[in-house]
Amino acid sequence: MIMFEDVTKFYPGQLRPALRNINLEIQRGEFVFLVGQSGSGKSTFLRLILREYRPTKGTLYVAGKNLGTLNQWKVPALRRQIGTVFQDFRLLPGKTVYENVAFALQVIGKSTKQIRQIVPETLETVGLAGKEGRLNEELSGGEQQRVAIARAYVNRPQILIADEPTGNLDPETSVGIMKLLDRINRSDTTVIMATHDSTIVDQMRRRVLELREGELVRDQPKGVYGA
Amino acid sequence: MRHTLRETWSGLRRNLAMTVAVVVTMAVSLSLFGLGLLTSMEVDLVKGRWYDRIEISVFLCIETTTGGMCGEGRGTTEAQREAIRQALEANPEVQEVFYESKEAAYEEFRRVFRDSPIVGTRTAEQMQDSFRIKLVNPENYQGVVSEAASLQGVQNVQDLQSIFEPLFRWLNGLQWATIGMSVLLLLAAGLQIANTIRMAAFTRRREIGIMRLVGASNFYILLPFLLESLVAGILGVIVSGVTVATGYLFLIERNAKTSIRTLPWIDWSHVAGAILAMAAVGLALAIIPTLLATRRYLRI
Repeated sequence: MIMFEDVTKFYPGQLRPALRNINLEIQRGEFVFLVGQSGSGKSTFLRLILREYRPTKGTLYVAGKNLGTLNQWKVPALRRQIGTVFQDFRLLPGKTVYENVAFALQVIGKSTKQIRQIVPETLETVGLAGKEGRLNEELSGGEQQRVAIARAYVNRPQILIADEPTGNLDPETSVGIMKLLDRINRSDTTVIMATHDSTIVDQMRRRVLELREGELVRDQPKGVYGA
Repeated sequence: MRHTLRETWSGLRRNLAMTVAVVVTMAVSLSLFGLGLLTSMEVDLVKGRWYDRIEISVFLCIETTTGGMCGEGRGTTEAQREAIRQALEANPEVQEVFYESKEAAYEEFRRVFRDSPIVGTRTAEQMQDSFRIKLVNPENYQGVVSEAASLQGVQNVQDLQSIFEPLFRWLNGLQWATIGMSVLLLLAAGLQIANTIRMAAFTRRREIGIMRLVGASNFYILLPFLLESLVAGILGVIVSGVTVATGYLFLIERNAKTSIRTLPWIDWSHVAGAILAMAAVGLALAIIPTLLATRRYLRI
């Protein structure tokens, strides 16, 4: 599903690479934690997968595409196969739960009929049934993150990227979010989650990738937060 | 599609003041541009008509004339006249040479002034023989004029070109000034559009970020901005087109054409051509700054 072959990423004007010689493969349906201190390269790792940047060196395959040579105009098609969730939710203010999720389908040209069918299903999946009409300002943090996950998942992507999805949530709420991500993972969606939350990583016991100063220092199946 | 139209509409409403400003600037600059085009068309028309007719007249001496290359109290001799004709015909700039005798000139004089009292003030003997010259290229008249003026037996060389040249120079200047001003204004309109769209994109940057993230195509993201500036551009084109057409109708069609019949005047086909050019410039002016202004937000 995702394959890094000797991938190095330099940002312009910086001497130290943000990522150095990364080699790894993530299979379809895996659940992967990405850990490491701030500045260790986690965000760069995720952004390379999203094709926000290209690798400086090496080859990166995502969903069968070589991102180094992928045509600019094919990037939207790639992104439709990847859902993304952020620490700060990034919902649209002034829009309801339903509208926020439907937005992701509208802008890729889905018909109103399809949207009317898929959005309620997805809201049901993430546990927001009955809250379609609420404005996101009226929702709790956990609920807002569920909306964000619904938006990322509504187009049934092959890959779900979560960048610190529990970073703004209290531990109990976080557990609920993790259960949801786990459920999505079981529907054959590859989940890659960057996190600082050691409790979650230690509880879930999934594959752990640890980055330190841009290098992959640990790749452990059923790993823990700190080795 | 509904989403796109709604976004466009809300963008226009949100920036109503800016949209109006853009439309006004566009309309004024495009009108000036059209005025410049029409002026230049008119100048070309007048030039074309007059250049065809403009000839150089080389007047020969009679007993009573003085100055030029005339001998005191003597007319041009037969031999001098032949020499003048040959010299003129040998000049490569000269296309044709006609001879007009004083009798023919007198006839012409009587015809032109037949209703005027001055018709009796002259006799055929007071008229001058002359050569009328047509040039290959009417703009290169100086060489022929100075050569003719230096020939023995030539009293005076009259050249309509030198009379019209200041007029043409003035019209040319006017035409360039109009076009120059309109270019400046068009530049201002373009910058204004770029600015408006940049602001609109900035206010929608959250939406744009999410659209990019979920894989909306660039065209889809761009479309509301493009439509927004196109609406402003089209309004500008319409207003300026109506302005130019109305101006033409009242100033030229209903006024100048009936009061100054001696000049050729531009007609509706010229106006249509100018409006087409204005529309092309107006649309380009809406689209190009929009593409440039949104590039930053669309970079993948």
